Amino acid sequence: MTSREWEPICDLAALEVERGATALVHGQAVAIFRTHDNEVFALGNYDPFAKASVLARGIVGTRGEIPFVASPMHKHAFDLRTGRCLDDDHVQVPSYDVRVVAGVVQVGPRLEVA
Amino acid sequence: MSTRKTLVVIGHGMVGHRFVQAAIERGLTERFDLVVVGEEPRPAYDRVALTSFFEVGAEQLSYLPSGAYDDPRVRLVLDTPVTAIDRDAQTVTLADGEVVDYDVAVLATGAAPFVPPVPGKDLGNVFVYRTIEDLEAIREASKTAKSGAVIGGGLLGLEAANALHQLGIEAHVVEMAPRLMAVQIDDAGGATLKRHIEQLGLTVHTGVMTEFIDGNDDGLVSGLKFKDADEPLPVDLVVFSAGIRPRDQLARDCGLEVAERGGILVDPQMRTSDSSILAIGECAAPGGKMYGLVAPGYQMAEVAVDGLLEGPGEFTGADMSTKLKLLGVDVASFGDAFAATEGALELVFADAVAGVYKKLVVSSEGDRLLGGVLVGDASAYGVLRPMVSSGMALPENPEELILPAARGGGAAKLGMPDEAVVCSCNNITKGSICGTIDAEGCADLPCVKSCTKAGTVCGSCVPIVKNLLAERLEAAGKAVSKGICEHFDLTRQELFDVIAVHGFQRFDDIVTAHGRGRGCDICKPAVASILASQFNGHVLDKTTANLQDTNDAYLANIQRNGTYSVVPRIPGGEITADKLIVIGEVARDFDLYTKITGGQRIDLFGARMEQLPQIWKRLVDAGFESGHAYGKSLRTVKSCVGSTWCRFGVQDSVQMAIDLELRYRGLRSPHKLKGGVSGCARECAEARGKDFGVIATEKGWNLYVCGNGGAIPAHAQLLASDLSSEDLVRYLDRFLMYYIRTADRLQRTSTWLGTIDGGLERVREIVVDDALGLGAELEAEMARHVDSYFDEWKETIEDEEKMSRFVSFVNAPGVPDPNISFSTTRGQIVPSQSEEPVSLGATIPVGAPTGAGAL
Ligand code: SRM
Ligand SMILES: Cc1cc2nc3c(=O)[nH]c(=O)nc-3n(C[C@H](O)[C@H](O)[C@H](O)COP(=O)(O)OP(=O)(O)OC[C@H]3O[C@@H](n4cnc5c(N)ncnc54)[C@H](O)[C@@H]3O)c2cc1C
Ligand code: SF4
Ligand code: FES
Repeated sequence: MTSREWEPICDLAALEVERGATALVHGQAVAIFRTHDNEVFALGNYDPFAKASVLARGIVGTRGEIPFVASPMHKHAFDLRTGRCLDDDHVQVPSYDVRVVAGVVQVGPRLEVA
Repeated sequence: MSTRKTLVVIGHGMVGHRFVQAAIERGLTERFDLVVVGEEPRPAYDRVALTSFFEVGAEQLSYLPSGAYDDPRVRLVLDTPVTAIDRDAQTVTLADGEVVDYDVAVLATGAAPFVPPVPGKDLGNVFVYRTIEDLEAIREASKTAKSGAVIGGGLLGLEAANALHQLGIEAHVVEMAPRLMAVQIDDAGGATLKRHIEQLGLTVHTGVMTEFIDGNDDGLVSGLKFKDADEPLPVDLVVFSAGIRPRDQLARDCGLEVAERGGILVDPQMRTSDSSILAIGECAAPGGKMYGLVAPGYQMAEVAVDGLLEGPGEFTGADMSTKLKLLGVDVASFGDAFAATEGALELVFADAVAGVYKKLVVSSEGDRLLGGVLVGDASAYGVLRPMVSSGMALPENPEELILPAARGGGAAKLGMPDEAVVCSCNNITKGSICGTIDAEGCADLPCVKSCTKAGTVCGSCVPIVKNLLAERLEAAGKAVSKGICEHFDLTRQELFDVIAVHGFQRFDDIVTAHGRGRGCDICKPAVASILASQFNGHVLDKTTANLQDTNDAYLANIQRNGTYSVVPRIPGGEITADKLIVIGEVARDFDLYTKITGGQRIDLFGARMEQLPQIWKRLVDAGFESGHAYGKSLRTVKSCVGSTWCRFGVQDSVQMAIDLELRYRGLRSPHKLKGGVSGCARECAEARGKDFGVIATEKGWNLYVCGNGGAIPAHAQLLASDLSSEDLVRYLDRFLMYYIRTADRLQRTSTWLGTIDGGLERVREIVVDDALGLGAELEAEMARHVDSYFDEWKETIEDEEKMSRFVSFVNAPGVPDPNISFSTTRGQIVPSQSEEPVSLGATIPVGAPTGAGAL
């Protein structure tokens, strides 16, 4: 398998709304989030500020129109769509392509840095 | 050749630092390279708050914790005195031999404590009170000393004596004059102050002359001999606080003019007799007069920078008002405190029982405030001081300003003119604060503080600054947003009421009806806490689980590497041997780092999230329950061993601590809650450092409220005395519920108390006198909590749905997160951190970006 492939994770129904779950994708810890409008996002789970694998455990919400997760460690906010840190422009975590096929969440390749 | 010039600052104290800051901010470093030379081993620190060094340490006081200024054109040399100035060559020589050329030199060498030529002054354990090093030495000596004397009963002497007392030494204050703080307050005020000081546990000797300091064979202090006394007062430590002298020796050595009583003579632009040398702060004497306070020094620093930028600034004298910062004693004096002005009248309010003495000095026509003295209650200081400096007209009944009912904060509405100095520490007028608020669009206090610097030194002007802000915002037609975050315009208290009235139980309903957006890490935990306080459901119930803050979300405290700590409840700190063994076994079997906490219980660190249920299963089976170390909720009720064992104990403090801990366990609140119960006045449980503290008396219990340790320690204050156990619990129920209803999010009880109009007195009216008729309702709310308590860990391990969150990976529940690893220190595990995300070593290189499907 390569990172270009889609990896099935779990049923969409198994993901709670506005809460993260951690998945093992291509050998990496990836944080999967489902928002209230049933969109699904995937970011690297590693918080580069705290240097710990924790992002999936943060609170999910919105800043203005931007869906975001606040790291549980020191509350840095990350844009769920791009992985960009909303409190520090220079920091970005990896984000991954996600799709739902027949009710199953699949995580695909890492997205290009925007 | 460079056209840049060099400016040398001699002395890196409070004023030297302020000068450098202003030089950077105002662009002086565009023209000058700054070399700042300080004699002390550390960068400038808050000397005004020196005494808090004992509590918070040197780091907290530092103005420059990083040790360097952001501006690369400023070079800071520490731990090196300047030894000479050569005015002809325009150089300064440093103690390490370096010679620095200057175009402009600024002397900011401060002052040194004055040590009178008393025989014995060179003995060991004789100190002064000026630098962090002085305090370190005093602390060291206090480890063996039993009693100490401070020579000098002025502001600083009292502060030093109180510090000795806090260090556990029997403290004496020795003052030559017939009263304390002779320079600032009058006889009647001095007498009231003396009573307060004695209540703190200090012994005051006024009107005595020290003849000599007695020493022992080791060359250490052994006593203090007064004139007219037969025997020396036995003390083993002496601190001189008999005034200060400007450090003008460098200036004298190079022939600069000095004032008759010391201090470097400067003109209103802070220039010395050599126009390329300036002097500022306590070493300077503008017009021949030195100023031993920081505010005038700051003013001089600003004037000096202004002058170097060819600005018009002038130093024209300064306000010498003072407010004493002693724990628990309010003293302030301002303006013409001694009614020296021709025809001045005095208005006095004195209440000997309450220990309050207030005096206003007003002009002969009774229309202007000239000065005053406040002892025992200085809450009006913030309002009165600017009334003096602005010369504004007094209201009809000036006595209302000092009567107990009058409260600070009305000054803005009293029509203060724009020139009135509101913040005397920074010399900032009402006009400039209002101007800045309008220009910068400040919408909250932190913004006003950082834009104007008002309120950033002693803090006494903050209530007025707040008023001005509210006034400006109102004038601009801006609603002052008190909302907790962008999703709600409501305060926590309003949210609490909205939820109570409508019976909302879901965040979605609340945000749809009263807010906007999908919430965030501020409002979600706040709503979760309110729901928990009101309904006491399980925090991991479906409707509330995704609102919980970091620690509540997994019923454990997250640690730096993403693992968790586990803290079982040990009520009152009492535990059987069998239970201790169980904790030991669990720690061993799961290989957890084990530590006794500061809260009389045991913390087990390093549990992976997916291990938490197994660990708790073992603990619950052995009869343990959650300690809520993770919650904004009751933590511990600390106990001392009390009358059961202790020869001094007068009540069973362990039983009471256990009863209270079990009563309030699980109670979610705006911030964490801690309690303590001591068996007698010796206070071994440190109950007065807690949100609620109970101290046994012969007749029952004294109840103290609103204390805490932490960053800004506060002593709990007496709410009611000699209570029966029933009344104690009743008052506590009311107090805690009232706090939970009305406090802001993350507001500890002491901060909350500070926001209540009328302070402790008001809380007493509500809790003890039931002035609002809320008593029964608050008690009923608490009863509901007590009746519905359950152990949330027990419920969690019995509920499959709740358990489903405790997995490492949804798609690989058996695989531990490879990002977590440990090493060993002192025989136990500790986290080892990786600088990068760790991969399980799958076949693909990590993080290779691919071109497919960008959003
Ligand atoms: C474990 C412990 C230190 C220890 O090894 O002794 C500790 C550890 C933490 N303290 Fe503490 N505090 C501990 C006793 C204290 C004490 C002493 C006491 O309770 O007598 C204090 C000062 C007393 C007080 O609170 O008034 C204390 C003042 C703080 C503060 C400052 C609170 C304040 O109002 O200024 C924080 C920060 C906060 O809560 O916002 C804090 C926050 C924390 C947190 C929860 C920080 C965090 O969010 O991760 C730490 C993690 C706890 C954990 O288990 O992982 N801790 N902390 C102590 C646990 C006691 C217990 O059995 O529950
Ligand atoms: C315990 C205490 C409480 C106080 N409380 C208050 C208060 O409540 N309100 C108030 O307004 N004021 C208070 N003060 C006074 C206040 O601290 C001073 O007014 C202020 O520090 C003066 O600032 P400065 O820069 O002039 O002097 P300092 O802060 O003393 O700085 C001078 C610096 O220059 C250094 N220096 C001296 N000679 C040389 C040399 N030759 N070469 C290099 N460096 C040299 C010194 O080591 C020192 O670091 C208090 C002082 C103390 C000690
Ligand atoms: S507070 Fe009093 S009763 Fe409790 S241990 Fe200390 S001395 Fe004994
Ligand atoms: S008066 Fe001291 S900070 Fe404003």
